[in-house]
Amino acid sequence: MYQIVTGPLLWLTFAVFFGGLAWRVYTYIKGLNWRLDRVAYGTQTAYGVRGAVRSIAAWIVPFGSQGWKVKPIFTILFFTFHIGLVVVPLFLAGHIVVFKMRFGLGWPAIPMVLADVLTVAMLCAGVFIIIRRIALPEVRIITSLYDYLLLAITMAPFVTGFMVVHQIGADYEFWLLAHVIAGEIMLLAVPFTKLFHVVGFFLSRGQLGMDYGIKRGGMKGTNMAW
Amino acid sequence: MPEGKFCNKTPVNTREALDAVLGDKGGKQYYAEMLELDVDKEKLATSLKNTCKSRIKTWLEMCAHCGLCGDSCFLYLCNDRDPKQVPAYKIQSTLGEIVKKNGDVDNAFMRHAMEVAWSQCTCCNRCGQYCPYGIDMGIMFGYLRGLLYSQGFVPWELKIGAGMHRVFKAQMDITDEDWTETCEWMAEEAQDEWPGLEIPIDKQDADIMYTVNAREPKHYPEDISEAAVLFHVAGENWTVPSSGWEQTSLSMFAGDWEACKQQVEHVYAAIDRLNPKRAVGTECGHAHRATVIEGPYWVGRPDGLPPKPYIHYVEWLAEALRLGKIKIDPEKRIKQPVTLQDSCNYIRNQGLKDITREIVSYIVEPGYFVEMSPNKEHNYCCGGGGGFNGMGIFRPQRNRALMTKRDQILATGCKLVIAPCHNCWDAIRDLEEEFKIGIKWSFLKPLVIGMMIVPDHLKPQEEEE
Repeated sequence: MYQIVTGPLLWLTFAVFFGGLAWRVYTYIKGLNWRLDRVAYGTQTAYGVRGAVRSIAAWIVPFGSQGWKVKPIFTILFFTFHIGLVVVPLFLAGHIVVFKMRFGLGWPAIPMVLADVLTVAMLCAGVFIIIRRIALPEVRIITSLYDYLLLAITMAPFVTGFMVVHQIGADYEFWLLAHVIAGEIMLLAVPFTKLFHVVGFFLSRGQLGMDYGIKRGGMKGTNMAW
Repeated sequence: MPEGKFCNKTPVNTREALDAVLGDKGGKQYYAEMLELDVDKEKLATSLKNTCKSRIKTWLEMCAHCGLCGDSCFLYLCNDRDPKQVPAYKIQSTLGEIVKKNGDVDNAFMRHAMEVAWSQCTCCNRCGQYCPYGIDMGIMFGYLRGLLYSQGFVPWELKIGAGMHRVFKAQMDITDEDWTETCEWMAEEAQDEWPGLEIPIDKQDADIMYTVNAREPKHYPEDISEAAVLFHVAGENWTVPSSGWEQTSLSMFAGDWEACKQQVEHVYAAIDRLNPKRAVGTECGHAHRATVIEGPYWVGRPDGLPPKPYIHYVEWLAEALRLGKIKIDPEKRIKQPVTLQDSCNYIRNQGLKDITREIVSYIVEPGYFVEMSPNKEHNYCCGGGGGFNGMGIFRPQRNRALMTKRDQILATGCKLVIAPCHNCWDAIRDLEEEFKIGIKWSFLKPLVIGMMIVPDHLKPQEEEE
């Protein structure tokens, strides 16, 4: 079993993950239509690119945009969640060791303590995000089971991973297997669910940035104060 | 499928049809017929297939349901934070459902969608600024309005408004003859006080072609003479077209994209005919949005620009003041606390925030200008945007929507509001009528005329003696 999930299934997961995201990017860009969207992507490209970069930059930096500034608590939850989500899997010593064994390629890992802190912080942020969904009427009304499912899919690899690292569960083998499968489920879910915002954020924020960079002030020399 | 006599899927294209719908006072029969109007599901599905592309699909699919858009929406705030006013909810429960069901929706659903599209969103586009993904629900509501219009589910006044554009090439029943006569009459009237003042009609190769809002010839002809006075004093070589003078677009509020295109083509044809160096539009937000910002795309100009540089009145005025074409008497500057309304349609949607403030720096005594909060591109809609001012059935909702602007103005402590936009101007007038907070409001033209220095050679002869 372990052989399968860390062998062929892992390869399949990576293929679906990267292939699916590439497909998402391709179909999004192909579906942009300057006339329907009323944005001259093709002829005013330099203004557009400038607008896209400004728009993405304002939102990818904590408190970089007005939207983040007016919601400080959510902003902290949001970035804690996402930083943990991205940094821990990519820079965990255990992951890098496996990668190096297989491909001979390695990179510096973060200290174990930091990985622990980021993981716990990410899970706590996730719990608060769930509580927020239930507590705030303006969030509750748009929340569906699907939103909770996605949070579960996203948090499961971290819960199981933490248990493996700290050997909390009685059955180490079981939790390791659960962790690998949970990770694979998450990666497989990305292209097919709204988790595709992994690339979709850049596309969508970039698109609105192009709109502002070209039509809504950019060509007048005004910078949108995101 | 039952199509009403007035409420149907056919746009108003003739004078007779227009008079007939207008004869149905308040749309009484129109709305009764709407209860029976069938949804052409096949046509709706085809529209979606042809026009709902990756941008809108992605917005609908990717929305993380985080609710951050709630506080960005003034209609959510002024309706006691009703969760049903959260932009994400509003769009997901209307356009989202239509897309999900691929057009398989019924009459009741469409009527509900109409109410949301026209009474719960003014297309101010503020939510897009506050969404981490940049999901602009104002754009999506504009799109939804187009779908609803094509199925006949549109408020009575906007069906008429779009019809006006189709029949008169103007939002009101003003013919080209009415227009040129008004110009001649206004020029004549002004000549006593302003010898040599002209409103040149159809002058070739002028520096400026000036376009207006049809309300001006219809209800506020003095606005036209004020524009003439300012061009006269600034020594501009200007003209108005005898046809293609109307810049507004109720068809944009209605979602009648074909009428939008026809209207803008009509204005651009005047530019082609008269070959001015550039065009200047009046103090109107949505007119500028329609003719200058969105218009180039409706008519299919790949560069996204009008055929000649086409600027908003505030840009021309700021330039005239900057270059000293119009000089302000420092003694006559505004010396009372005064605030400024940022129109969504050219501040948020074309970034002219610093231009209006430059004008303020010339006409307001330092220390008297008070910013609204929030302001500039983060300002709230006046409460009457996107057609909200003009729909009888949604009047109570519109009046409630005015509360946001009322409170913003009250917080500045100012009794004077500069509102260089017809829609905002109307909304502020109505909020004063509704809530009586004791404010005055004004376009820029009369303010500037009241405080400019008139060069001696432009004054009437007898005064010189």
